[in-house]
Amino acid sequence: MLVEQFKHGLNAPICLTWEWTYACNLACAHCLSSSGRRDPMELSTDEIKSVIDELQRMQVFYINVGGGEPTVRADFWELLDYAIAHQVGVKFSTNGLRITPERARQLAATDYVDVQISLDGATREVNDAVRGPGSYDMAIRAMENLAEAGFENFKISVVMTRQNVSQLDDFAAIADRYGAQLRITRLRPSGRGADVWDELHPTAEQQLELYDWLVGHGERVLTGDSFFHLNALGSEPIPGLNLCGAGRVVCLIDPVGDVYACPFAIHDAFKAGNVRSPGGFAEVWQSSSLFQELRGEQTGGACRSCSAYDVCQGGCMAAKFFTGLPLDGPDPECVKGHGATALAAVDRAALPPQGTDHSHKGPVRSQPVSLGMPALKVSRPDRFCDESPLAGMEAR
Amino acid sequence: MPAPTASFSPDRGYRLNPNVALRPEPFGALAYHFGNRRLSFLKDLALVELVEHLGEHPSAREALATLPAAQHEPTLRALAVLAATDMIVPV
Repeated sequence: MLVEQFKHGLNAPICLTWEWTYACNLACAHCLSSSGRRDPMELSTDEIKSVIDELQRMQVFYINVGGGEPTVRADFWELLDYAIAHQVGVKFSTNGLRITPERARQLAATDYVDVQISLDGATREVNDAVRGPGSYDMAIRAMENLAEAGFENFKISVVMTRQNVSQLDDFAAIADRYGAQLRITRLRPSGRGADVWDELHPTAEQQLELYDWLVGHGERVLTGDSFFHLNALGSEPIPGLNLCGAGRVVCLIDPVGDVYACPFAIHDAFKAGNVRSPGGFAEVWQSSSLFQELRGEQTGGACRSCSAYDVCQGGCMAAKFFTGLPLDGPDPECVKGHGATALAAVDRAALPPQGTDHSHKGPVRSQPVSLGMPALKVSRPDRFCDESPLAGMEAR
Repeated sequence: MPAPTASFSPDRGYRLNPNVALRPEPFGALAYHFGNRRLSFLKDLALVELVEHLGEHPSAREALATLPAAQHEPTLRALAVLAATDMIVPV
């Protein structure tokens, strides 16, 4: 069984997420990386190129570039061309900021690049409550430009929240309208996501709705393997690998070169090393003690005796960590209800702090205002796979 | 997984598609097709070895000669899938 092999790790990641900057024009309420301001220590143009060279040597055939908003880097297009010229394909995530008609035509004419537009509501109201005023129109404009330029099958990436689960069919219709493919992922209590997780994570009824929808539509929809914790809801597994790939097939390089086990775990507890250290990225991937540990046998702990453990594998490491649950215990959104029980016993004041915070300090033009309630922060202390980690891959 | 198409013929010669790179892995190899961006996995080392040298044989069937007889049928099925996904191409 291939999944068994994956558990012990690969020679190089299949799904490498690489955030090129913490700078962002938006201030999304649920930002995983608490992005906003550029970090003065972010990797330079030459440093990024040298890591790309290394990825080429390691045969990492494609990367998922994100941020922050990666296109705000002045060298973004240069780096994109460099990666492609070195056989490292790029899928980049963007809020649409720089996807002008000219850039859309340039992208459509480039092999080996894919674009993923973030959209968290099928309506302006729902989207902008999370991503900020103007962000819906910006994303739609980018999609229009891509479609107009003939860019086929770009991705529309949606984080599933309490407010948008009911819009799944509408998202699929938007994707159809622009000749795009829908990708939906799980809201994680990571980064600023920790502040809004309580009010935005789907309810138990919505999880069932989501599961049913995925079982019915999953073959055409990418999930970044986000939802394997829902598999216990039925007899039919959601399409995908259904395995936590952290440190095994997935990892994250952040804008300052730190390497983390997964994109949802920007915290010292999941930091494996830095690409600037001797041996570079390859050394971190192959030898870090954290990654070795993640590739070893996992105990399953309290979940081992559960009938659903084989299909849910205990769920998401990052979701457990940032909600204060033990890593070998149930996922906070455990469909058997074990997560809710465990959460009730967590001392909220003792939650792990989030990792680096690059949130905008002052007012932001596009500050989101959450729906239906005053924009009060739930009291949380400070801050903490697309692709599909394995999006588009075929396991056979 | 796409169904193997009838177009694979064991009596023809095949080779690894020049657009495909094989990355060695502990279990076999990861195959990446630069043209259609598909990722596949070759799940055992003998299959990797076979695919790498497939082009040196006049036909797929003859390439199997080095494998134990019990492996011939499953290997032909694997090759048919690889042909259907354009990972190997007729010479």
